[in-house]
Amino acid sequence: MLDQNAIDALKDLGEHIAAARSDAVKSFHINLDELVVMAERDHIVGLLRFLREDPQCDFETLIDICGVDYPERSERFEVVYHLLSMHLNQRVRVRVSTDEDTAVPSACAVWPAANWFEREAFDMYGIQFADHPDLRRILTDYGFEGYPLRKDFPLTGNYEVRYDDLEKKVVYEPVQLVQEYRNFDFLSPWEGMTSQIPGQIPGDEKATES
Amino acid sequence: MADTAHISEMEDRKFTLNFGPQHPAAHGVLRMILDLDGEIVTRVDPHIGLLHRGTEKLLEYKTFLQGMPYFDRLDYCAPMNQEHAWCLAIEKLLGIEVPRRGSLIRVLYSELGRIMSHLLNIGSQVLDVGALTPITWAFEEREKLCVFYERASGSRMHAAFFRPGGVHQDLPQSLLDDISEWCEQFPGKLDQLEGLVTENRIFKQRNVDIGIVDEKTIMDWGFSGVMVRGSGYAWDLRRAQPYECYSELDFKIPVGKNGDNYDRYVCRMEEMRESTKIMQQCIDIMNREGPGPVLLKGSKVSPPRRAEMKNSMEALIHHFKLYTEGFHVPEGECYAHIEAPKGEFGVYLVSDGTNRPYRAKIRAPGYPHLQAMDHLCRGYMLADVSAILGSLDIVFGEIDR
Repeated sequence: MLDQNAIDALKDLGEHIAAARSDAVKSFHINLDELVVMAERDHIVGLLRFLREDPQCDFETLIDICGVDYPERSERFEVVYHLLSMHLNQRVRVRVSTDEDTAVPSACAVWPAANWFEREAFDMYGIQFADHPDLRRILTDYGFEGYPLRKDFPLTGNYEVRYDDLEKKVVYEPVQLVQEYRNFDFLSPWEGMTSQIPGQIPGDEKATES
Repeated sequence: MADTAHISEMEDRKFTLNFGPQHPAAHGVLRMILDLDGEIVTRVDPHIGLLHRGTEKLLEYKTFLQGMPYFDRLDYCAPMNQEHAWCLAIEKLLGIEVPRRGSLIRVLYSELGRIMSHLLNIGSQVLDVGALTPITWAFEEREKLCVFYERASGSRMHAAFFRPGGVHQDLPQSLLDDISEWCEQFPGKLDQLEGLVTENRIFKQRNVDIGIVDEKTIMDWGFSGVMVRGSGYAWDLRRAQPYECYSELDFKIPVGKNGDNYDRYVCRMEEMRESTKIMQQCIDIMNREGPGPVLLKGSKVSPPRRAEMKNSMEALIHHFKLYTEGFHVPEGECYAHIEAPKGEFGVYLVSDGTNRPYRAKIRAPGYPHLQAMDHLCRGYMLADVSAILGSLDIVFGEIDR
């Protein structure tokens, strides 16, 4: 847990970013001691370059880029950037949203390291990145179809692979399950294990009433 | 006429080589397409994903507790360090604190994992450049550490020992004594290993001034861990952004000078000595403070003790609910990170308030390191590729996920 001074410093940093790049920053907030900046998709490269080069930000290291899928939203994907400043010892998270067809400007010009992270987001979600030097699939099989981390992609996948001893080669076949995939839904419609009151287990509150 | 003959000879020198996916120096299933000009590397295109198991997809279909063992299978050289990051992420969202003894045990086993990983890496890095003996010596010590893993968790490798809120079980005193005894003799074993490798002429010829990493490379390519420290920057998350009880422990951060393969080897050697000191301090503190809870007591995230379940109906219900429905994590997002043996290992966790993660992104340190292979190997000789790859400390479990 951060102390109040550190939280204030994060707030100041957020205000500094929002003031300097008002075209790119929609809003910012501090959540669980982390600074989160919501950004405009079209101005993301300018914002990232500012975050890297501004002496007060100095986020020189790109930690991660990843996609998140929210199928119920009109722009279903979010691209999340995690940045770190080793010199100033601070972190920031930048989020932009996009959909299947709209490309997000690539961060490869700011950090060469963005290359593989964006390829992974493309591979897993089908998020397009504009001006990416080499937007190929990266983690999935050669010739793979579909985007496995989308919420509508089945956990079992669509094809299974095996070695066929008669044909003496590896063959691809549609997944055939002997029984339906068992996805147990344990989510209880009642209270469930939600509360965090120490020393209380379900039913304890009744004991004190009587 | 003579001129054209010269050109065609130059053209002949250029060719493409397929390295892997079944190559002993590829440290797993890495396939690299190498463009060569004679023996000089002009381009490296690593093809990864041959060990992709869809960990992040699987995590979305499991409860938080069921997802935990997948983390052992990421960087399988130091399994518990990965579990640690997952537990920290869940704890951050839940807002719970780990009991003191639980925290000490976590640090003890994290450092144990760091030594396991470094021993394997140094052994195989030296093997890659032609020395056969050191890896057998390193594995002798590593084997003892595997036994300590087994004595704590019942498993030599895939421990599943850390839990949100602490660790699964307390360690018996005899185990602590044995680890302490091991810590005393280990620096001597490191001296022996160093005597064999550190000043070895062939090892130095293959590693000094090879694979140099400068500040710009670190920043551009997102390096962390030993890849940063080897170049002289004292960046260590255990010191810079302390978690657990690292802030009260006494340890040094070894840094290199030139940022080449050799400096990274020396850094890892020194880090093992520091880790041994940390382990000893943890044991001393535990011996001084005596027994205590290792897992959050009376909480929804931890199971009731077996004896309690024999008498209390509520405890039995709680146990059943915990292992079927699991606990709910409040809605929100967080990023938790640890200093894993290979660099910054992070988990970006998005929860929608149910018993399962909505999205869990694993940030593996080896991923950006391997990505920089093209940048690091350009202009070096073909034989240096495997030396550089060895010093990056690559494990495919975490890169392919």
